[in-house]
Amino acid sequence: MSKESIPLSVYDLTVAYHRKPVIWDVQFNIPPGSLVGIVGPNGAGKSTLLKAVMDLIPSASGRVEIFGHPYRDVRHRVGYVPQRESVDWDFPINALDVVAMGLYSKIGWCLPVRKKHRQAALEALRRVGIADLAYRQISQLSGGQQQRTFLARALVQDAELYLMDEPFAAVDAATEQAIVEILQDMKSRGRTSVVIHHDLQTVPDYFDYVVMLNMRVVAHGPVEEVFTNDNLQKTYGGRLTLLDEVSEAMRRQERTL
Amino acid sequence: MSWRDLLLLQDYNTRVVVSSTALLGCAAGLVGTFTLLRKRALMGDALSHATLPGIALAFIIATATGHNGKSLTVLLFGACITGLMGVAVILVLRNSTRLKEDTALGAVLSVFFGAGMALLGVVQQMKGGHAAGLEAFIYGKTASMGFNDAMLISGVAFVCVLVCLLLFKEFKLLCFDEAFAGSRGVPIVLLDLALMALVVMVCIVGLQAVGLILMIALLVIPAAAARFWTQQLSTIVFISAGLGAAGGMTGAAMSAAFANLPSGATIVLVCSLFFLFSMVFGTNRGVLVRFLRRRRMNRSVARQHLLRAIYEVLESSGDFDQRAVSFASLLDKRSWSAKRLSRSIQSAAQDNLLDQTDGQVHLTDEGINEASRLTRQHRLWELYLITYAEIAPSKVDRDADAIEHVLEPEVVLELEALLKASHANVPPSPHALGTES
Repeated sequence: MSKESIPLSVYDLTVAYHRKPVIWDVQFNIPPGSLVGIVGPNGAGKSTLLKAVMDLIPSASGRVEIFGHPYRDVRHRVGYVPQRESVDWDFPINALDVVAMGLYSKIGWCLPVRKKHRQAALEALRRVGIADLAYRQISQLSGGQQQRTFLARALVQDAELYLMDEPFAAVDAATEQAIVEILQDMKSRGRTSVVIHHDLQTVPDYFDYVVMLNMRVVAHGPVEEVFTNDNLQKTYGGRLTLLDEVSEAMRRQERTL
Repeated sequence: MSWRDLLLLQDYNTRVVVSSTALLGCAAGLVGTFTLLRKRALMGDALSHATLPGIALAFIIATATGHNGKSLTVLLFGACITGLMGVAVILVLRNSTRLKEDTALGAVLSVFFGAGMALLGVVQQMKGGHAAGLEAFIYGKTASMGFNDAMLISGVAFVCVLVCLLLFKEFKLLCFDEAFAGSRGVPIVLLDLALMALVVMVCIVGLQAVGLILMIALLVIPAAAARFWTQQLSTIVFISAGLGAAGGMTGAAMSAAFANLPSGATIVLVCSLFFLFSMVFGTNRGVLVRFLRRRRMNRSVARQHLLRAIYEVLESSGDFDQRAVSFASLLDKRSWSAKRLSRSIQSAAQDNLLDQTDGQVHLTDEGINEASRLTRQHRLWELYLITYAEIAPSKVDRDADAIEHVLEPEVVLELEALLKASHANVPPSPHALGTES
């Protein structure tokens, strides 16, 4: 398989906050057209991994390739759905405005959002099933509707690789179902989705590939091979206590300097 | 100058000064909206306070080297240097120590301002140092502004307005979702710098008109007032710019009319009046609107309680043909006062849901429909709580009470499907009916 066809390759990626390593030597390849779940306990570095892939936070070492290129060259082929809690939902805009943000790089600097962009945004909202709420203030949307708005903002770009940070967190059953259908639909069109997920029970139903993360990659591969009790035990059971202790000691020393 | 002259802006110089201050207010309203949304509002305060030592130093150096110490360009240049130094010190303090940003901000603001006051004292004792006029930068004094000063202010304010409008969409994205902006390749640091540069420009040229102590008010108050009126950013920006312009204009005009009135104070007071007005009468989040909304909600809750109580009394007597109940039986039904009950009855009577004849309340056709609908909704919700939320039947009434008033039609449909309730009839109550304990 050529490098260009691999949606996401991560080589030896290490990321540290204040010299405390958050992820260590993470390495994996994602097969094209797959639906990938990233699972791991709190603080395992799942969000950090996604952010480091998109150069949103600096990595201490390692390399990320998307379709064989560095992220900044292929940004337009990647869609991102951040965590819902990461923004202030009291912000004075409506759902359509949020979705249109996905088109800003297409619209260009200093130019206003035009009719065709609003139409594309409306179409994306229709795909996630809330076109009727397009002009509703985002503070008036339910949690599930807010999540759908975020999803629509990523869909409107028509990317080939989607990175989603906990899209299923605290959403209603109908929204969960809607998101799953969209993920399936994207898969059938050859798109790749990498989704941070916290509900272990649904992993085998939703995903066909899984990355099990706890500061380092415990296991990755097709769900039926990798998503085993043994690996789950390794991911969730034993924290890397020694690593934790050492990095904590490093941080303490830093504070006294 | 007479009032008539002032109102019609007869005097040419006054006209120029007033319109430049209006443009300044407009720019401050625009820039302020974005800094408020970016949660960096107080940065402008630290910056403007930190300009004072720069002004004094510029005056000292210019006078000592034989230049005109009162030249606005020289003074503002000095202001700019120490203002930016102040911001830089805040950032250094925040990043290199474990001090929080507000602590760093407070420290820098007071230290720079103190240094400025000390330097002003030095200026006062200088030979030939006509320090008079420098205090205009502290409290703001439009009367001291000349034509060229006004032109400088207008020019800079115009540039700020232009940049804000051009970068409107980019600033919106930056303020709303930094991470997403970063993932799309938007240069966040550059945009933040641009926003900060706008704050610097507005603050510096605003020194003369508003004064460095009160400059922050022009950045914060119009933007905060605008949020009471709407939830749409483009409208907020528009209102905020308008309020800032109106405040700047009125304040400058008043200060021109009364020579001893510092224009900064007037501008801020006028802006605060706008703020108070918006806070009370704002159509989106104003105190009055929210009060009315709450009252309407309370009334509709009281109406629902009344109709359900009547229905339940009818149910226990089985007297659905007559559809009449006595006031006394209703009063026993819930813990409500006679006064409140008769008020609810009156308001329901006005809407033709029931009519009242000496101590008897009689439901109309419309009333019985509404009453059975509400009761049904209430019981469906109770059943749901008992079946799915495992709440004891004796407690369920109160829980259902709290929630049923916000049930939307879709939720009721879902309840029906879930509980396999048939469409027409009202299910029996899952708990003993009686007086509310």
